[in-house]
Amino acid sequence: MSAKTVLKGNELTVYLTGEIDHHSARNIREMTDSMIQQSQPRLLRLNFSGVSFMDSSGIGLIMGRYRMMKLYGGDLRVINVPSGLRRIMEMSGLGSLNVLESEVDS
Amino acid sequence: MNVHNEMTLTFESRSANEAFARTAAAAFLMQLDPTVGELSEIKTAVSEAVTNSIVHAYGNNIGIVRMNVRILDNNQVCIRIKDSGCGIPDIRAAMEPLFTTAPEEERAGLGFAVMENFCDSVSVRSRVGKGTTVTLRKTISPRVSDV
Ligand SMILES: Nc1ncnc2c1ncn2[C@@H]1O[C@H](COP(=O)(O)OP(=O)(O)O)[C@@H](O)[C@H]1O
Ligand SMILES: [Mg+2]
Repeated sequence: MSAKTVLKGNELTVYLTGEIDHHSARNIREMTDSMIQQSQPRLLRLNFSGVSFMDSSGIGLIMGRYRMMKLYGGDLRVINVPSGLRRIMEMSGLGSLNVLESEVDS
Repeated sequence: MNVHNEMTLTFESRSANEAFARTAAAAFLMQLDPTVGELSEIKTAVSEAVTNSIVHAYGNNIGIVRMNVRILDNNQVCIRIKDSGCGIPDIRAAMEPLFTTAPEEERAGLGFAVMENFCDSVSVRSRVGKGTTVTLRKTISPRVSDV
């Protein structure tokens, strides 16, 4: 698992790649949170296009970043979710938070 | 019910073994020629059960997790994940979606919900102070052979 962050103006994008489980979520969380605290972005984008596996630890990771962004008065978007991960994303109730981008960016 | 093939792994409750366990289960089940979707459902369910033994069963200590995978008649798969940890006092409550005893660790409380969604059946046996065994069952769709 690796994560690359890109800050443009007040928008922070995190590109996630590899497998997200309880083990790998920790590093992603620490890295993302230190970037959020440093840059206090208006918008955090979690880009899932490179994620090949995710269990409910990924849901915890998204929910945690959602709460973090709300704390700073910002928003979260989850983008480019691969088709294989849609079911677990939708099961989780993330749909009702309105953070899931329904279509893949073209 | 006949056992056509079987494997058992024991490993320490370290988080690095979450990926090891789900990958090993998936590799063993490749002989059933599962679809990409079936394989990913099995990996996800195994990851949930194994993670629970690693996160919840032993607290900050290291214990042993045992995973047994059996291939039964008609492409039925039975996966048992067992720990000898703290046990679950109220299994019904624990299996409710969003129930978690570890919110500070960003557990979503969805592990059992994911297992139930991705398997045909999930059963849990647990005794406080003794440990927990989770049994996942799933039938892999038989491939139409092009005879
Ligand atoms: N192997 C286990 N040993 C002890 N407690 C467990 C075990 N598995 C699950 N639990 C309990 O059941 C709860 C719900 O599990 P789960 O649905 O996977 O959610 P989460 O892991 O996100 O808390 C856990 O918070 C924990 O209290
Ligand atoms: Mg869990």
